[in-house]
Amino acid sequence: MSKSPRVARRLDFEPPNFYNCMTCFPIPKNLWQHRSDENKYMKKRTVPAVVLLGALFLSGCTSRRPGDSRASASLQIKGSDTMVNLGQAWAEAFNKLHPEVNVAVTGGGSGTGIAALINGTCDIAESSRAVEEKEIKQAEGNGVIFNQEIVALDGIVVVVHPSNPVKNLTMDQLREIFMGNIKRWKTIGGPDIPIVLLSREVNSGTHIFFKEHVLRRGKKKAVEEFSPGALMMPSSFAIAEEVANNENAVGYYGLGYISPRQKVIAVAKDDRAPFIEPTIESVRINAYPISRPLYLTTNGRPSGLVKEFVDFVYSKEGQDIVKRTDFVPIK
Amino acid sequence: MARFRKVKEFVIEKLIFASGIASIIFVALIFIFLLREGVSVFKTTSIGDFLGGRFWYPISDPPKLGILPLILGSLLVTAGAIVLAVPLGIGAAFYIADVAPVKIRHLLKSCVEVLAAIPSVVLGFLGITLLVPFLKHTLGLPTGLTALAGSIMLAFMALPTIISISEDAINAVPREYKEGALALGATHWQTLTRVIIHGAMPGIIAASMLGIGRVIGETMAVMMVTGNAAVIPTSLLQPVRTLTATIAAEMGEAAKGSPHYFALFAVGLVLFLISFLINLTADLFLNRGKKR
Repeated sequence: MSKSPRVARRLDFEPPNFYNCMTCFPIPKNLWQHRSDENKYMKKRTVPAVVLLGALFLSGCTSRRPGDSRASASLQIKGSDTMVNLGQAWAEAFNKLHPEVNVAVTGGGSGTGIAALINGTCDIAESSRAVEEKEIKQAEGNGVIFNQEIVALDGIVVVVHPSNPVKNLTMDQLREIFMGNIKRWKTIGGPDIPIVLLSREVNSGTHIFFKEHVLRRGKKKAVEEFSPGALMMPSSFAIAEEVANNENAVGYYGLGYISPRQKVIAVAKDDRAPFIEPTIESVRINAYPISRPLYLTTNGRPSGLVKEFVDFVYSKEGQDIVKRTDFVPIK
Repeated sequence: MARFRKVKEFVIEKLIFASGIASIIFVALIFIFLLREGVSVFKTTSIGDFLGGRFWYPISDPPKLGILPLILGSLLVTAGAIVLAVPLGIGAAFYIADVAPVKIRHLLKSCVEVLAAIPSVVLGFLGITLLVPFLKHTLGLPTGLTALAGSIMLAFMALPTIISISEDAINAVPREYKEGALALGATHWQTLTRVIIHGAMPGIIAASMLGIGRVIGETMAVMMVTGNAAVIPTSLLQPVRTLTATIAAEMGEAAKGSPHYFALFAVGLVLFLISFLINLTADLFLNRGKKR
């Protein structure tokens, strides 16, 4: 998790939005990149009469009623494949409240979403990891300041074929398996067949989290890597499919993908700790060892439509959707 | 009036000239761009380590940027596809051009065109749901996501190119050759294998080379069925990672200006050079055929 002070976190006070927008955005080094944000802002505030502007300033109000602004507003959300379904469910529910807003949700990986935010091609990036130092530097070059907020929790589930007798593994065993040091299921109490490792591609937040958390035991700078023989799958769906059809395979995916077609492995922190099944409850109380926060990242503190969406995500309905899509709500 | 026509012709002539050289300019610009972005990787990695390195861990710190497994992966998948597609394609071309009755010929030609029109992602989808489990069970492999699966998918994609260009080459063989051979008492089979094939050979080789060019640059289907493990392959029955799949899978994430980003451009450069060489060879054969 990045400790950089340049990442603005959600604060516990809420200054009026007008003030907020004027101060929070840095003077852009690259005016062209920034213009679209300014336009959005200016249009929203200046098209109504001056009186309305004064009222807005005083109240800090951001609510946008149908008809009082542009006929069709749109919100681009992009990022983590793990969060695509969650984002889509949010977007649909949000759309019922605000039929005039066109919300588009696309995947591609956490890095893809953050890159799109830097390039100004999306409004909100979904990511399953914190932004990295190099991304912050790059964003500064484009006049973008990240604001990351934790909106849900996710457990990463290790899965095998339903016929596989192995049901418990320690973190150390997982580490040895995915580094390619344990090559046959026999070593850990399974049949005498080779292990086929399934991993996500390097643009996946799930891949990075698993590597840092399981292979490197939480030390970011360690040198452990996935075995070069690990199969890099383009999506969680591809991992689920291959595990369901292949008794040799072991893979990992987000809590939301659990299905009876794959067998879930209970994981223990070390030799003495109990084996914990990944469930919503065990992730929330932080008993399950492989869990992580999920973020929404915006450019600066959310304002306008973006703020409405983020507020919706934090609302009871938004958090109910988190639970419904098999992630763990934060409230 | 005459002057207006002159101006008009001048403008049209220049426009045609511009469209004519546009493709040359585009190729040159693409190459320059690839070169400019790609060579930056050699500030952090030597050429030897890049082309000969055995490990591809692009996002580690420091990154390991060895593309030898990727080059070998691409070559292995391509070689497999060629072994499957070339004999099949040439056989089909001979059948369509010289043996099949007219009705069947038209039907086959349209089928080949339809085969060419299938999007590669659709083929990849069929591959991952049908071919991969089939290979695993019939060959008893640990996983069906192998170079062989990629080769079979790519063979499908190379077939239309190979068939249509070979067929043109066979049709271009002067009619007198065939008639002469038959008049001398050669059977149809003897005519095909001893006369027509010699006349059509340069075109057939060019067709195969263009098929290879099509195959080595293919991305989507390969990415879906080859397993994408960056290991140096020792057999067709093993997962491999290709150059194209690496670019497609990682470009979205690579931070602009990082060694990883430049390495992906350098991978693109390697790919560009390989397909350039293949196309050049194909052209040489095609021209040789024409001069005769």
